[in-house]
Amino acid sequence: MQVFVESVGLLGPGLSGWPASRPVLTGVAPYVPGEVPLPSPDALPAAERRRTGLEVRLALNAGLDALVRSARPPETLASVFTSCCGEGHAIHQICEALATAERVVSPTSFHNSVHNAPAGYWSIAQRSQAPSTSLCCFEWSFNAGLLEACAYCLTEARPVLLISYDLPYPEPVHAVWPMTGTLGAALLLAPRATSASFARLDVQTETDARAPTRMQDPALEALRSGNPTGRALPLLRALAGPAPERLVLEYLTDSAALVTVTPC
Amino acid sequence: MKPLTLSAFTLTTSLGIGLRAHIDALRSGRSGLARCAFESARLDTWVGQVPDARLAPINEELAAFDCRNNRLAQLALAQDDFLQAVAQARNRYGARRIGLFVGTSTSGLFQTELAYRHRDALSGALPSGFNYAATHNTFSLGGFVRARLGLQGPAAVVSTACSSSAKAFGSAARMIAAGLCDAAVVGGADSLCLTTLYGFTSLELLSSAPCRPFDIERSGISIGEGAGFALLEHSEEHESAGTVQLLGVGESNDAHHMSAPHPEGVGARGAMDQALTSAGLTARDIDYINLHGTATRSNDAAEDKAVYALFGSSTACSSTKGATGHLLGAAGIAEAVICALAMGERFMPGSVNTRRVDPSLRVRYLLDNATHAPRRVMSNSFGFGGSNCSLVFGRVQ
Repeated sequence: MQVFVESVGLLGPGLSGWPASRPVLTGVAPYVPGEVPLPSPDALPAAERRRTGLEVRLALNAGLDALVRSARPPETLASVFTSCCGEGHAIHQICEALATAERVVSPTSFHNSVHNAPAGYWSIAQRSQAPSTSLCCFEWSFNAGLLEACAYCLTEARPVLLISYDLPYPEPVHAVWPMTGTLGAALLLAPRATSASFARLDVQTETDARAPTRMQDPALEALRSGNPTGRALPLLRALAGPAPERLVLEYLTDSAALVTVTPC
Repeated sequence: MKPLTLSAFTLTTSLGIGLRAHIDALRSGRSGLARCAFESARLDTWVGQVPDARLAPINEELAAFDCRNNRLAQLALAQDDFLQAVAQARNRYGARRIGLFVGTSTSGLFQTELAYRHRDALSGALPSGFNYAATHNTFSLGGFVRARLGLQGPAAVVSTACSSSAKAFGSAARMIAAGLCDAAVVGGADSLCLTTLYGFTSLELLSSAPCRPFDIERSGISIGEGAGFALLEHSEEHESAGTVQLLGVGESNDAHHMSAPHPEGVGARGAMDQALTSAGLTARDIDYINLHGTATRSNDAAEDKAVYALFGSSTACSSTKGATGHLLGAAGIAEAVICALAMGERFMPGSVNTRRVDPSLRVRYLLDNATHAPRRVMSNSFGFGGSNCSLVFGRVQ
């Protein structure tokens, strides 16, 4: 599958937006992890803005970082959201409430607990009725989202915004399913080269497990291997650099995805 | 889109286990709903529950996946020679060329609800046997079904609340069209859990009586559980008579509210319109619409407006949720299979439990089974977050 990258969004510890992250990913600037600010986007109506959870804010801010450098009308963009762990904080609140005698579940927690909560808030914020889906493929969710986004882009012949996001579950689930960092990444993909596209992606699946492309910096490699959205970092590093690259991305236990990045 | 053949399919809900039970129940207008006696839930509501005794544990090498949702999936997969059909497809295409795209809303969340009741008093830790990845995670269903069916192609779980397993058809169709696989298993499973029972209670959307879609006295949903699967393959140039095909997929967003539909059904209409376009059909070509029809005041009113705007009052419509309850993430596959059965068995199911259609609703709503054989049908599934999906199916004559 061949698609063209028009814009990238990135939000994570020490990765504050795509322009500031590019030199960090390519090793030109040092990687200094820090807090990840997660404001509730102004684009949402006030009532919705108050109700957003951390995961929704992460996904929306990563998507907005890609949109800010795109001239495409946001309401026209189809979208693919993908996450390993989805809405952990809302689910935690509900499970805690259900473990009490009263079992009073907050209606906001309930509607925020669905895996497609970010897609819902995104469509409200962008006033977008364009098609959208929300996927999970455990640790390989970024890659599953990339395949879905490429297939959508090509078969529907329209641009698509891919947003991958993951942040740690609160305790007690965190202890049994630990995750590193808070990371959101977005790719705006188009089926054809345009004046806005700066790289071509050739994506194919490989039906054998292969050793994945890793990050050289140990802290970035910890983020890659410790956060499911981190599996996107080698691709983002290649997109940040000037040279063509061939990458292996992890996908399921018995497969891999091969991605060739060609600057254009 | 190019039509895809449903070369095998199966369904398990509170109406019964496998297709035969569903044909019999739909023909006789039986409901699977009963007063809620699920686990420790103390709620004045009705549910469509699959008997606990039928949900056998998952054993041996897949035992880590053991949870109610995967037990339900395991039970459904074992019906209607579905396992054999997939085995034959594996021989034809190779396991690596068969994708898996299934939908669920809550996956094995019930397992986590139970674990939270047994946290360590001092540390707060979850009990040691709790397996997040294989049970609670949204991909648990995908990982289990892929392993159970021996598939090695691309895979993902679609989780868009109540449109999940309808949208799985869209993902599969795109993956096949893009050449990533030659065939795909689609479907989904959603099982009863306390989150949805108490969550819908918090939104005041649960009915205290069996749900009555499109009724003047409708008062909310009844939650059901179920699992269904279908094998999707490229259609031959000249498919044999009786073959059921996926003809079109339409997807949209309401962009309105997280838990309430757009009052004018704008997004729903967009999904139906796109499904018709995708199928290369017009509204007149559709003989029957299986509505989302949840029996909430707002859903049925909005869906009625959307359907009426496109189809007027001539196309027969009904919701089958009075029979099955609302299967949430599994509603899409359940109602797709019901549509396939309606075409194959030459009838259109009436709305179980609905007594008097709300006179403010204008679509042609079937209270009783109609003997007219539908040739092309539409199935609607709408969910939280304003996620809408419409599917068009046809039966080769």
